[in-house]
Amino acid sequence: MVDFRIDRRSGVATYLQIVQQTKQALRLGLLVPGDRLPTAKQVVEATAINPNTVLKAYRELEREGLVAPRPGLGTFVLRTLAHEEAAPDSPLRAELAAWAARARQAGLDRDDVTALVAAVVDEEFTAGPGDAAGKDKGNL
Amino acid sequence: MTELYSGDFGEHAETRPTALEADGLGKRYRRGWALRNCSFRLPAGRICAMVGPNGAGKSTLMSIAAHLLAPTEGTVELFGRPLDAPENQGRIGYAAQDKPLYGGFTVAETLRLGRDLNPSWDQAKAEALLAGGRFPHSARIGSLSGGQRTRVSLAVALGKQPDLLILDEPMSDLDPLARHELMGLLMAEAAERGTTVLMSSHVVAELEDACDYLVLLADGKVLLAGDIEELLDAHLLVTAAVTEDGTPAELASHQVIETRRNGRQLTALLRPDGPLPGGWHAETPTLGELLLAHLRASGVPALLTDEARPAAAAVAA
Repeated sequence: MVDFRIDRRSGVATYLQIVQQTKQALRLGLLVPGDRLPTAKQVVEATAINPNTVLKAYRELEREGLVAPRPGLGTFVLRTLAHEEAAPDSPLRAELAAWAARARQAGLDRDDVTALVAAVVDEEFTAGPGDAAGKDKGNL
Repeated sequence: MTELYSGDFGEHAETRPTALEADGLGKRYRRGWALRNCSFRLPAGRICAMVGPNGAGKSTLMSIAAHLLAPTEGTVELFGRPLDAPENQGRIGYAAQDKPLYGGFTVAETLRLGRDLNPSWDQAKAEALLAGGRFPHSARIGSLSGGQRTRVSLAVALGKQPDLLILDEPMSDLDPLARHELMGLLMAEAAERGTTVLMSSHVVAELEDACDYLVLLADGKVLLAGDIEELLDAHLLVTAAVTEDGTPAELASHQVIETRRNGRQLTALLRPDGPLPGGWHAETPTLGELLLAHLRASGVPALLTDEARPAAAAVAA
């Protein structure tokens, strides 16, 4: 189950916040295929937002093939956004951890490392073909 | 319990039945007209914000819709029938601004009265609303604080399980915690039963998240009515650097609601008609910007979305 947190000052439309937080939960494995999303009633009772906003978010997730409604039962997760390659015990992650340790030994602090990673990620994902970076940013 | 709507809700807005329709509604008190020529439609299942300055006619309109006050002219229909039709008995829950409850009754007796007067009464629902209030059901209404009375008043209105809930400034004397809790319960009720809600408030932030429909009243007339997103999309907030005084000529083809000038920068809220001139920066206004501009301006023509226009103007001819 996920708890949605609505930030009124973020400037991001409320339904989009629900979409993004659901995707984040799918990426982190908090939600897996077969899980039921909270009902509109549960979400609005906790957040005091309009029920139609929740339904709009769920329709968007449905349109992207991530969830499907089962009439009378609720809305269920169809697929995950988590990558096995990014799991805690994956080789990719181990390599990155080793690299981070080397960077620290070399005298870089947290901000230096973050900036370096961001720069490399930028280079990698703006240049190469098959780039999917912009796809799940929730473009309006 | 099955979930009331599983996806198709909201996609067929135009085919939704009407919850409330006001046609040429007017109310004259001794001091003059409180409401005049007021027409709009509220589709079923909407959560509607009723906004307007003090004295705009909000409470008058709500009292008429709750069948507690007779209009001087015009008609109100509820679910396609006159207010006093037998089918409409018990379909409205109303929480008035001044929370008229019997001061000598205890909370328990007040609920009992609600149960005895309403065949559709749901005691568990009424008690769920009171649960967060931390006062005993044996307390007399007269001994409760304003916010506590508000809670009882909402419990009675929701306990009736109405199809249309009319709430006149329901949250005004509640603390932030109670406000969030009760608004959540109210939204849950709407999600579960598809209840139509009409509520007035002066706090835009309170309405922004909860409401998807708007009726803006000013001087006893409807200035804006319809789906909030649709209304926002019908307006633009534009800015540009200008040199001459007054409204620039290139905006003349658009309906300008309000202009504000700060040095060389001119900001205008308008209803665009065709493309904007080059050099103007345009954004969709927020609900607050839309409301404030309309309230500050004068002589602005009313805008009702298709959905908000009464279906038949000449029924009772």
